Amino acid sequence: MQLLYYWKVTMLKILKYSFYDLARSRWSYIYFSFYLILALVLLFLNNDLSKAVITLMNVIVILVPLIGTIFGVMYYYNSREFTELLLAQPIKRNSIFLGQYLGIALSLSLSLLFGVGIPFVIYGLFDSAAIWDFSLLLLTGAFLTFIFVALAFTISLNNENRIKGFGYAVLLWLFMAVIYDGIFLMSLVIFEEYPLDKLSLLGTMLNPIDLSRILILLKLDISALLGYTGAVFKQFFGTHLGYLASTVVLCLWTVIPIFRILHKANNKDF
Amino acid sequence: MLLLKVSAMGIEVCELCPIKSIQRAITTADPGDTIWIKKGTYKEYNLLVDKPLTIVGEDYPVIDGEDQGEILRIVADSVTIDGLFIINVGTSYTSDHAAIRVVKSSDFIIQNVVLEKLFFGIFLEKSRKGKIYHNKIIGDAKDEYNSGNGIHLWYSHNVLIANNIVEGVRDGIYLEFADTITVTENISRKNLRYGLHFMFSNNDIYTDNEFENNGAGVAVMFSKYIKMYHNLFKDNWGTASFGLLLKEINDLEIENNLFNNNTVAISVEGANRVNYLNNEFRSNGWAIKVRGACYKNLFRGNHFLNNSFDVSYNSRINDNLFDGNYWSKYSGYDLDQDGVGDVPYRPVKLFSYIVNRTPETIVLLRSLFIDILDFSEKVSPVFTPDELVDKNPLMKAI
Repeated sequence: MQLLYYWKVTMLKILKYSFYDLARSRWSYIYFSFYLILALVLLFLNNDLSKAVITLMNVIVILVPLIGTIFGVMYYYNSREFTELLLAQPIKRNSIFLGQYLGIALSLSLSLLFGVGIPFVIYGLFDSAAIWDFSLLLLTGAFLTFIFVALAFTISLNNENRIKGFGYAVLLWLFMAVIYDGIFLMSLVIFEEYPLDKLSLLGTMLNPIDLSRILILLKLDISALLGYTGAVFKQFFGTHLGYLASTVVLCLWTVIPIFRILHKANNKDF
Repeated sequence: MLLLKVSAMGIEVCELCPIKSIQRAITTADPGDTIWIKKGTYKEYNLLVDKPLTIVGEDYPVIDGEDQGEILRIVADSVTIDGLFIINVGTSYTSDHAAIRVVKSSDFIIQNVVLEKLFFGIFLEKSRKGKIYHNKIIGDAKDEYNSGNGIHLWYSHNVLIANNIVEGVRDGIYLEFADTITVTENISRKNLRYGLHFMFSNNDIYTDNEFENNGAGVAVMFSKYIKMYHNLFKDNWGTASFGLLLKEINDLEIENNLFNNNTVAISVEGANRVNYLNNEFRSNGWAIKVRGACYKNLFRGNHFLNNSFDVSYNSRINDNLFDGNYWSKYSGYDLDQDGVGDVPYRPVKLFSYIVNRTPETIVLLRSLFIDILDFSEKVSPVFTPDELVDKNPLMKAI
């Protein structure tokens, strides 16, 4: 019990340290101001909140994973010396890495939340019907941040070589954001003779980027374009089971890499 | 003096008059008489007008059918119905009860009538040379199977349907075997199925109508020589909705219409020799969805603004001409400054081609991969029809 408490306290301390470190870092501000400017320009050009949500979705679904991956890898390699210093202290490894991970994921999520949130609030989000779509957008954005930072940490823990680590991380993003959809599309076209509802549902569920995109799309007017397939999707995602399933999938995508991080951190010879 | 004479020829119906019911007034009237119905509520149905009469309501008297059946049936020529408020037409699954039915008659005028709580509204059956003008039909239809149409024409010719408002019924305006009809300045909205629905009807003209927020939109099927000018198709939004559906149509003129915010603005199947000139397609899911068997169609001077897909095609054969349209997605240049882009525009995107082939691939809508795919296809077309290009895309919307 005592030990657990101690572990928690040190982890929180490291989390706090990483968080403050990042909060002082230039990159967080650049990231924050990027979203701030993007949302402001979008709303300035088009006062319609729900249309802005669509455009923002395009950006968030692609950029959040990319920035999460790059940031995660960068932070890990940059703070390596400090990590080694910490490792020399009588602190559990779990708390070091978990603290660092949560620190970076939290600060990125907060940058997103405030960067996009402030302009929307100024433009009257709370009086608008788009508030739920917007909350969903931010929620999936936060999930994507947590998922891709965790994946980035896993990759960098497994690669001593920075260049290699960066390469793999970018490749991972490329796979999830682009190549996966290519394979998905090909398999749909190849098996077009068969009923594809289940396959398209499964293919969407397996990739967090696709899942986030569909979750947001289904909430918006544009979902009418999805036609018959959209109706099948709506039927699934509209139920409690659908919500539960997509939350579980997103949670699994977060939790499994975190376990990989902890496992690797405990066994790694630094 | 003349006025007095005219009113002297009329029969008055009111609660305190000698004649208290409309039915009695009709029976006692001579052909050519005018019946004046004063303000009040008349609980009557199955009224048969079998001689030329003018029936005029003053301050909209209410005829309440109490859901018993049909209200007015006109079986004589030269009947005018003016200024009535008809409610509670009976719903039936075996016969099409209407508020006003015209059977095998000509030269009728139905105007300034308000219909509410109806099954069928104005029903013309084998009638001709009439006018349906400035009526208001407000239904409360909830299901397609137990609701009727607002204005229904069956085997009727030379009718003018103008300035009517129809909402909340199954089909706003329905035409079957109805030739040389003019439909103008009507508003048809919030109907369960189609705002305007016509089949096997030729030589008709549609101008200045508004079709808004209908369950499916406007359907034009199995007809020829139709002209559609200056209509507005708006907010027909839903998974199975469209602005205008054309199916088995020949020789149509579609000019100066505005299609705004429809899932599919125009869905075409088996349409030949259709001219689409100077229409505007704004913020639709698909502007034009060609489902096949469309030959010798011309698209000229149209504006395509911010549609998710401008043109979707399901075959690689193209016999239709796109020329001199404005495309908001056009990214070419105009070196000689003549207002026409120097680079041809290809309106069919690879993704819309794929979606046509395998509809399930639509789940990849707005994915980065699709944008890359569309870009590469735009640079070097492989899958989309080669000759489907607009060689003279306009640089500016006029």
